[in-house]
Amino acid sequence: MAIECLVLGAGQEVGKSCVVVTINGKRIMFDCGMHMGYKDKRQYPDFDLIPDSCDFTSSLSCIIITHFHLDHIGALPFFTQNRGYSGPIYMTYPTKALAPIMLEDYRKVMVDRRGEKERFSSEDIVECMKKVTAVDLKQTVQVDKDLQIRAYYAGHVLGAAMFYAKVGDAAILYTGDYNMTPDRHLGAAQIDRLQLDLVITESTYATTYRDSKYVREREFLKAVHKCVEDEGKVLIPTFALGRAQELCMLLDDYWERMNLKVPIYFSAGLTIQANLYYKVLINWTSQKVKDTYVTRNAFDFKNVCSFDRSLINAPGPYVLFATPGMIGGGFSLEVFRQWAPCEKNLVTLPGYCLAGTVGHKLMSAKRPTQIRLDEDVQIDVRCEIHQLSFSPHTDAKGIMDLVKFLSPKHVILVHGEKPKMAMLKERIESELAIQCYYPANNETVCISSTHHVEAGASDAFLQSCLCPNFKFSKPNSERDSDLDDSNKRTIVCDDRVAQGILTLEKNQNPKVVGQNEFMEVLGVENHGVKFAHCCPIYLPDSESRDASGRSPSALLRLIFEQLSRAFPGFDLHDCQEQIRIRSFVGSFCSKEKCLHRTDVSLHSRVTHLCCSWSLADEELAWKVLSIIKNLELANAS
Amino acid sequence: MCSNAIANDENEEKGRKINKPLDANSLICAGPQYKTVKNLLLWNVSFIDIVMISSPMGILGLPFLTRNRDFSAKVYATEAAARIGQLMMEDLVSMHKEFRQFYGPAESDVPQWMKWDELELLPLELRQIIYGTDGTEFGGWMPLYSAADVKTCMLKVESLKYAEEACYNGTLIIKAISSGLEIGSCNWSITGPKGSIAYISSSVFSSTTAMGFDYKGLQGSDVILYSDLSSCNAPDKFDDDNNFSGAAGNNFSNLSDDDITSAMLLSVDEYLEEMEKLDFICSCSVDSIKAGGSVLIPIGRLGIILQLLERFALDLASENMKVPIFVISSVAEELMAYTDIIPEWLCRQLQDRLYSGQPLFSHVDMLKDGRLHLFPAIHSLKLLGSIVGQLVDADVEGVDTSLALLPFKPMAMKVLQCSFLSGMPQHIGPLENSFPFGYYSKNQTLHIPYTKEYSEFDIAVDLACRLQYTTLKQNDMDIARLKGELVVEQGRYRLLVGNEQASSQTKPVLHFGRLDLKVLQMALQKMGLNTAVEEVRSADGTQTASLVHISEPSKSIIEVTEAQTLITTADENVASLISQAVCSILDCI
Repeated sequence: MAIECLVLGAGQEVGKSCVVVTINGKRIMFDCGMHMGYKDKRQYPDFDLIPDSCDFTSSLSCIIITHFHLDHIGALPFFTQNRGYSGPIYMTYPTKALAPIMLEDYRKVMVDRRGEKERFSSEDIVECMKKVTAVDLKQTVQVDKDLQIRAYYAGHVLGAAMFYAKVGDAAILYTGDYNMTPDRHLGAAQIDRLQLDLVITESTYATTYRDSKYVREREFLKAVHKCVEDEGKVLIPTFALGRAQELCMLLDDYWERMNLKVPIYFSAGLTIQANLYYKVLINWTSQKVKDTYVTRNAFDFKNVCSFDRSLINAPGPYVLFATPGMIGGGFSLEVFRQWAPCEKNLVTLPGYCLAGTVGHKLMSAKRPTQIRLDEDVQIDVRCEIHQLSFSPHTDAKGIMDLVKFLSPKHVILVHGEKPKMAMLKERIESELAIQCYYPANNETVCISSTHHVEAGASDAFLQSCLCPNFKFSKPNSERDSDLDDSNKRTIVCDDRVAQGILTLEKNQNPKVVGQNEFMEVLGVENHGVKFAHCCPIYLPDSESRDASGRSPSALLRLIFEQLSRAFPGFDLHDCQEQIRIRSFVGSFCSKEKCLHRTDVSLHSRVTHLCCSWSLADEELAWKVLSIIKNLELANAS
Repeated sequence: MCSNAIANDENEEKGRKINKPLDANSLICAGPQYKTVKNLLLWNVSFIDIVMISSPMGILGLPFLTRNRDFSAKVYATEAAARIGQLMMEDLVSMHKEFRQFYGPAESDVPQWMKWDELELLPLELRQIIYGTDGTEFGGWMPLYSAADVKTCMLKVESLKYAEEACYNGTLIIKAISSGLEIGSCNWSITGPKGSIAYISSSVFSSTTAMGFDYKGLQGSDVILYSDLSSCNAPDKFDDDNNFSGAAGNNFSNLSDDDITSAMLLSVDEYLEEMEKLDFICSCSVDSIKAGGSVLIPIGRLGIILQLLERFALDLASENMKVPIFVISSVAEELMAYTDIIPEWLCRQLQDRLYSGQPLFSHVDMLKDGRLHLFPAIHSLKLLGSIVGQLVDADVEGVDTSLALLPFKPMAMKVLQCSFLSGMPQHIGPLENSFPFGYYSKNQTLHIPYTKEYSEFDIAVDLACRLQYTTLKQNDMDIARLKGELVVEQGRYRLLVGNEQASSQTKPVLHFGRLDLKVLQMALQKMGLNTAVEEVRSADGTQTASLVHISEPSKSIIEVTEAQTLITTADENVASLISQAVCSILDCI
C-alpha cells in the first residue's frame, strides 16, 4: 500500500498550490491555484500530468480547497468549466462564500483593466461554485465508501482549513497555509493528535523566526497615526478580503481608543460588501472577536465609509484601502501614482510582493526614488513607505511544532523557497527523525502507507489484555546513595502485554482469541504430554541397621538442600512430603509395584522417589534426577 | 437518556372545596415548581456514563442532573443546541426570578401548597397534573435551578459540530447528525468495535430553518433506536401512557436509497404543511392587525419564530403596513444576534443567502430599519400599556391551552392554536416487514444482542508479518501466537509491536488433538523403538487407556488417554525420542 504524491504547483516555489495525492486508489486534488507571477501556461498547474487526464471526473475522487487565496483556488473555475471536472469539490463555508468575490475581483482586474484574454467568465465562477459542497470544521465528510475527509482550523485567513484525508488505514494531512499564533482577528491553527502517514505542509517561512505580532501591529498603527496627524494621506493597498478586514479592525479599534476623527475609506463597494460576509462568519474568527459579537460585531466598522473617486485629491488627511494589494495595477496603482510624489503621504506594503509588481519594486527602494511603470511612465516616489511585517503564515518554529505534535511518518514541504526548504528538511530529519521531501513542480513522491490486518477479537482476549502487568524496580542505588531516603523510590511500571492466539481459517477473517479459551473455540481438547519416573534411591548399608533413623522427611530435607544448592535461581517448594520445582514433582512412593518404576531391583535398601514433570521442564527434570541419583547419603549422615 | 421536558409552572390559586369546578380562583398562587422526568430521582446518577442532548429544548432539564454531586457523565450536545439551550435556560431562570420577586422568596424547597392536606383540597384537574394520571409523578416536582447551576451545567457539556467525531473512552465514536427539527437538533450515531447504534428522534427531511435530516450519516447502523414517535401510525401495542415509546430495529443496515426516496416524497408534503401553517398564522395575524388589534405569540421553537418573522416581514410589506414587532425575552438580543452568525446550522435556502451576500434572516434588516424591536422584559417597554390584544398563537405542544388561559378568563381575545409536529413516524410502518422490530416502553431496559460476536481488531502489518503460523492437522486452519501492545483509540482496538523487554513470560507450549496409537507406533518404529500395545480396561469393560511398552534400549511405558500422554522411562534419550514422536503427531502451539 502506498501514497503517491504528485506536486503540480507550489513545489519549491510560492504560487499555484496544487497537489494530487493518491491514497489506496483514491485520488484527491488539494488546492487548485494559479500563479500570479506568470501570464503564460505556467500560470496554471499542468493538469495533463494527472493520470487518466482525459476524464478528470472519474480520475479524481474529489477536490479540496483550503482557502480563498488565488494561489489556492485561482485555477478552479478553469478546471471545472474548461477542463470538464464535475466531481465533488469541498471547502469550508467561509471559503465558499468568499472565493467567488476573490475570483471575480481577479477576473475584473485581468480582463477589464489589463485587457487580457479571459480564462474564465463570471458565469464560469458561478457555475463552478455551484458544484462546491461547504463543510464545517471537524465535520467528518464521507466522500465515498472509503474516503473520509475532515477540516481543521488553520488561522491564516477567514475560513482557512487544514484537511485530513483517510482511505482505509492510510491517512494524510494537507495544511494549506496556516498560522500557529493567534492574531487580532483569527485564532491559531488547531488540530487533533492524528495518526498520519504523511503531512504536506507549507513552508513560506521555513527558516524565519518571528516575535510577537503585537509589536508589529503597534508600529503600523503609529506610522498611520503620525501620517494623518501631519495632514498626510495613507494608502493601504490590499486585496478585497482578509488583510483588508484585519487592518480595518486594527484601525477601527485604534480610532475608537484614540478618539480620531480622520475618515477611513474603502475604495470599492466590493470590500464593504465583503465586510458583511465577515460579520456573518464571525464564528470563524478568534475567540476574543467572537465573544463580543452580541454587543458589537467587530466587523461592524464604525469609522469606515466607502470612497468616492472625486476624493482622491481632496484636501485633508484620510486613510484609504484600495485593491490590489501588490499595486500591480488597478485602483491602488492609480492612487499611488497621484500620492507618491508627496512626502506627507504614506503607503503600506504587504509582507510579500510578487516580482514585477510596483509593490515589489518599492520593497527594495530607498526614498526618494523613481519607479518606471512602462516605457512612458515614471513615478517619483517621495512618500513614506511602511512595510507590514506581520504575516498570516506560520514561522519555522510553528512548522516544527506542528510536525513534532503530529509526528507523521513522512513530511512533504511545499509553498516555499527551495534553499530554505532544504534547510528545513534537514532540521526535520535530524531533530525529529522524520523523513522529509520537497519535490519540485511536476515531481512525484511515493511513500509507503500504514496498513492493518483486520481481525475479530473475542471478549475474553480483550479482557485479558487489560490485566495489569506490574513490575517493581528500584533505581540503581549507587548513584543515589548520597541522596535522601525519600529519593529512593520504587519504580512501578505497568507494561501490559497482549497475548492471544490468532486463528486463520480459509475464506474467513482472522480471529484472535484468548489463551484460555482457544481450545474451546477450536473445539479441541488439551492433550498433556508428561513424564514420570519412579526413581530408586539406594540407601547405604550403614543406614540399614537403623532404617528408622532416617525418616523420609529427613531424607527429603536432605534432597531439598542439595537441590537448592544446585539450582539457586529456582523457586523450590518443600511441601512436607513433596519436592516441587516448576512442574517437577517428586514424592516418596510406598507402592510395592509402581507403574512408573522401570528398574527391577532386588536391592533391599532402596526407597523410591516417584517423580513426574511436564514436557516444558524436560531438561530441568533430568538434571534434578541426576542429582537425586548421585546423592551422597553416606557423607550426609 | 435524552430530553427532559419541563411541565409548566403551577402559578395557580388553590381551591378550598374539592368538587368545586375549576376556575381562576381554584388555581395555586405561588412561585412555580418544575417537573422533570418522573423517574429521574430513582436513577443512581453516578451510573450514567453519557448524556446526549438532541435539541435545544432537550437541555432544559440537564441542570437538575448536573447539580447532583454524584453526576460524572460526559454530556454531548451540538454547539448550536448547547448555545440556544443555554439561552433558553437563562431566560427561564430570569423569568423565575420575576415570579420570585412577585411571590417572595421560597421559604423552603417544599412550598406550602405541596403539603398533603393542602393538596387534597385541590380540584381534580390540578391534582392530576400534580400527581400525574397514574399518581406516580409527584416526586418529579423540583424547585428551579439557579443561574449558577446553569453555568456549571454548561461547563460539563462538550459541544460538537454536526458529524464531528467525539471519542468516548477510546472505544465509542459518537457523532451528532442533523435531524432537521430545530437549529442544532440532531440524531446520534454511536459506533463501537462491536457494532453501531443510530438514535433517531423527531426528524424533518427538509426543514424551513434548520439543516435538514441527514439520513445518510446514519446509514449502515446495526441498530436503530427510534424515539419521539408521534402516535398517528403507531402500532396498537403502545399504551397512550407510553407516548415516548419508539421502536428498536435490529439489523437495520444498508438502508438503501430506494427506501429513502419513498420517504423523501412524503417529506415534500411535510414541508408544504409547515408552510401552510405558517401562512395561516400570518394571514390571521394580518387580519387582526387590520381590525386594529395586536397579536401575541408565545415563543416556542426558535425555528418557528424565525420563520414567522420572515413571513411577517413579507406579508406586512405586501400589505404596505407598518406595524412594530416586539420580541420580549431576557435573551432576545443574544438569541437574535446568535442566529445571524450560524449559517453552518441552517437549511440550504438560508445558506444561499450567505453566498449571495445577504444577512441570513430578514430580522437583521428589520432591526436596522425599526420594524423589529427587542426588549429584555415587558416592563422595559413603555408603549404596551394601551394595547388591546386580539389573538394568541400557541405553538407549544403538550400544554393544556384552556388551563394556561384560565387566569385570564373571561377573554375577548381570539385564540389560535397551531401545533408543529415533526415528521419521521409515518414511514416506519412498511419497514416493519423487512427488518426485525422490537418495541420498548418507559422504564424498561431493553437488551439488544450484539450482531457481531467478535470486536473489530486491527493488527499492525509489521506484527502480522512476524507471526509464526502452524497448520493444524485436524482442522483446516492456521494458528499463531500473537503478542503485542493493545491500543484503544478512535473506537478501534489495535495491536502494535510491543516493547520486547516489557513482555511477560511466554506461556508454555500447549498440545492438543488426538494421539493416534497406530501413528505413534509407526513413528516410534522409525526411530528404532519396538513397541507392544496393551489396553487397560476399567471394571465395566470400557477402555480407559492404552499402554505402549518399549523394551529396548531401556524399558519404557507410554500411557495414552484422551487427555494426556504419560511417558515413563529412566532413560533421558529414550524420553526425548518418545516425546518427539508424540509431539509430531499432536497439534501444538
